[in-house]
Amino acid sequence: MEDHFELAGVKYRSRLIVGTGKYKDFAETKKAIEVSGADIVTVAVRRVNITDPNKENLLDYLDPKKYTILPNTAGCYNADDAVRTCRLAREAGVGKLVKLEVIGDDKTLFPDIPATLEAAKILVQEGFVVLPYITDDPVTAKKLQDIGCAAVMPLAAPIGSGLGIRNPYNIRIILEQATVPVIVDAGVGTASDAAMAMEMGCDGVLMNTAIAGAKDPILMAEAMRLGIEAGRKAFLAGRIPRKLYATASSPLEGILG
Amino acid sequence: MDGRREYGFFVQMKIRINGEEKEIKEGLSLAALLDEFQIRPGRVVVELNRNIITRAAHGSTALKEGDALEIVHFVGGG
Repeated sequence: MEDHFELAGVKYRSRLIVGTGKYKDFAETKKAIEVSGADIVTVAVRRVNITDPNKENLLDYLDPKKYTILPNTAGCYNADDAVRTCRLAREAGVGKLVKLEVIGDDKTLFPDIPATLEAAKILVQEGFVVLPYITDDPVTAKKLQDIGCAAVMPLAAPIGSGLGIRNPYNIRIILEQATVPVIVDAGVGTASDAAMAMEMGCDGVLMNTAIAGAKDPILMAEAMRLGIEAGRKAFLAGRIPRKLYATASSPLEGILG
Repeated sequence: MDGRREYGFFVQMKIRINGEEKEIKEGLSLAALLDEFQIRPGRVVVELNRNIITRAAHGSTALKEGDALEIVHFVGGG
């Protein structure tokens, strides 16, 4: 069965979007991404260390012809910095896709929603394909969709927490009203969390720490790929309703007397 | 010479690169500066005084005293 993940008019095979942070080295990053099967990978924008310009660059390991590069605005605490970061990223020549995150609090890394809305408006006007990281709030999701964001990305739980989907009911409401893809971003801990997001009908899942922080990141990358695939297939297959009492699986006729 | 000083054969000037003050040869182009710091232009994006300088303009962009450069690239992130 043909099943594509469509984002801003482009079709992708994988519904798993992976980050490139926290790996031991670039070789491990590359291997984990390959095994995860992801087509879209996130990167951050940072200053070059001019006193020791590392000869190796992430893009030496991540062929932009093979992967869609999704620059993020991680570390930005206001709309101006986020917009500035996106403009710099676009100049790198990897496309117009940006993961907009404007952080509002150090401890939880929850987004600053007013600043996210402000930045999203400017970026959409400037022709960016904006994927905003948000709290699991249906009202915010609706507003960003109306502004013209290409997707909405509610968190499952705080970034790097591994707590899984904390509020499936809010995610359900976001899904019900969404006219753009819903990508669960952040807070996934293991494969069943990713599967759950897909079973609920989410269009994709974005994760970094769950893979990079695992004891065996390569094996976890595979587990996540399978979790996403299993969850998506289960969603498409249509699960049975939950019932309180049993229904026998074996025929009730012909039972020995 | 207004904030500048003679240094060997070259006149030096002060600019800020990624928040650090550096002394460089006067009149150096952005392309020459990247070369001097062994930074591959194809892997970075440069902002000069908050304006992005396209790669095509690196060679024709002359740096001057007091300029502020930001040189960024992609790193691992989520």
